[in-house]
Amino acid sequence: MRIEEHPILKFDRGKKITFYYNGEKIEGYENETVAEALHAAGIRRLGYSPELHRPRGLFCAIGNCSSCFMTVNGEPNVRVCVLKCAEGMQVEEQQSKGVVKI
Amino acid sequence: MKDIEVLIIGGGPAGLCAASAAASMGAKVLICERNQDLGGQLMIQTGKFFGNKHAGMRGFQIGAELLQEIAAYPQIEVWTGATVLGIYEDGVVTCLYQGEHQKIKPAKIIIATGASENFLSFPGNDLPGVYAAGAAETLVHAGVKPAERVLMVGAGNIGLTVSYQLKQSGVDVAAVIEVMPQIGGYLVHASKLQRCGIPIKTSMTIAEAYGNGKVEGAKIVKLDENRQVIPGSEEDIVCDAICLSVGLSPLAELCWLAGCKMACIRELGGCVPLVDQTMETTVSGVYAAGDVSGLEEATTAMLEGRLAGISAAAALGYKVDQAAEMQEACRRELKTLRSGPMSEKIRHGLEKMAAKRGAVVC
Ligand SMILES: Cc1cc2nc3c(=O)[nH]c(=O)nc-3n(C[C@H](O)[C@H](O)[C@H](O)COP(=O)(O)OP(=O)(O)OC[C@H]3O[C@@H](n4cnc5c(N)ncnc54)[C@H](O)[C@@H]3O)c2cc1C
Ligand code: FES
Repeated sequence: MRIEEHPILKFDRGKKITFYYNGEKIEGYENETVAEALHAAGIRRLGYSPELHRPRGLFCAIGNCSSCFMTVNGEPNVRVCVLKCAEGMQVEEQQSKGVVKI
Repeated sequence: MKDIEVLIIGGGPAGLCAASAAASMGAKVLICERNQDLGGQLMIQTGKFFGNKHAGMRGFQIGAELLQEIAAYPQIEVWTGATVLGIYEDGVVTCLYQGEHQKIKPAKIIIATGASENFLSFPGNDLPGVYAAGAAETLVHAGVKPAERVLMVGAGNIGLTVSYQLKQSGVDVAAVIEVMPQIGGYLVHASKLQRCGIPIKTSMTIAEAYGNGKVEGAKIVKLDENRQVIPGSEEDIVCDAICLSVGLSPLAELCWLAGCKMACIRELGGCVPLVDQTMETTVSGVYAAGDVSGLEEATTAMLEGRLAGISAAAALGYKVDQAAEMQEACRRELKTLRSGPMSEKIRHGLEKMAAKRGAVVC
């Protein structure tokens, strides 16, 4: 859910953006991170831990803890808490450690 | 390889003040910030500041002012989305920027990487919905409601101010719990919460978070004077998020890499580089400022950054005749800010640092 009115803050969200989460269409804004846009759409689970497959969500939101790793446009282990939404972006829940293509 | 006079790692309040101070003396500066936006933790703060010249301003407003200051200097280059990865023996710094592994050769380095929020161990602590308090604040700042109802763990200043912010944003705060028998933060912050009807429960801790795939609630327990769980004291809190505000740890990995002499000083939040009264570490030409050299507040981080920026520029030969006086002015202001009873811990930590360094620190 987004906050529409706040006693102190004004939100400059920028342009509307459409991206995809596990193939499903999600609306975000250009000034939001992927984690924020997903959260606003009610999605908190971003992936699974690689060994015990326990659900993972964001923790620090400043790019420090790796809890928010997702696969973005085929690239694994992207910290979506510091990645801004972009038009057409494909983000997927990550199930394993992922393989980096070189 | 990119040559630069002063490289600043981290664009939070300490790094930004270091940049503008060094640039104002004539040095060419590069700021590397791993996030897309500058400003660090200051940008998410909506509370009003006390203390020096920023008294009455809100954190994000001070941040906006700093950004304007930076933009006014053509000799400051800014890389955002740029994570510094390493500092090598030959003085080369590596940075991931625009998908490339960049090499930088700076004459002086200022490390201003800040701190990270601590985690806490309890069953269910990895469920989606267990957030660092700062993360909830970051979501609010972006205009996203972090949860409907939260449990805040920790009643220090961050726990108290973030709880108030959450309440202002329409989030119900079920309770603030604190493991110590007393509230750790300022009473002004605590009484604001009490006026909103948010209970602050001391001598309590979280026993467990539960939920199916996400946080649906928490069990909290009361502790006796020996911090043992009192049997039968368990309470159930229905909530969809749990925020942890149980302290921070300096993000000092790059100081280790640079070979700075480090010391674990509890009062400063953990392992920190030993700095002198110019903010220089034990490695010549490498400075550290802000939370990375001791956890404190944004006001002191800005002054330390400024001091480091002046010192680095003067060491390069800029405005050497004025530098001593400018440094002294920063130190005086720091001393004033650290003179109150709430800064006793910091003063103690800095004394320990001075003893370990065998030099005067500010
Ligand atoms: C939730 C929360 C609430 C707070 N509320 C208040 C308050 O109300 N009042 C107050 O005075 N203080 C408050 N503080 C403390 C204050 O925010 C900090 O003391 C201050 O921000 C420290 O400034 P800094 O520049 O040292 O670090 P930070 O603000 O943390 O900035 C460090 C910057 O370095 C960047 N960075 C880290 N590693 C790298 C790397 N390897 N490469 C490139 N960049 C990197 C980070 O992305 C970040 O932008 C709060 C802190 C938190 C966490
Ligand atoms: S939530 Fe910590 S890195 Fe993204």
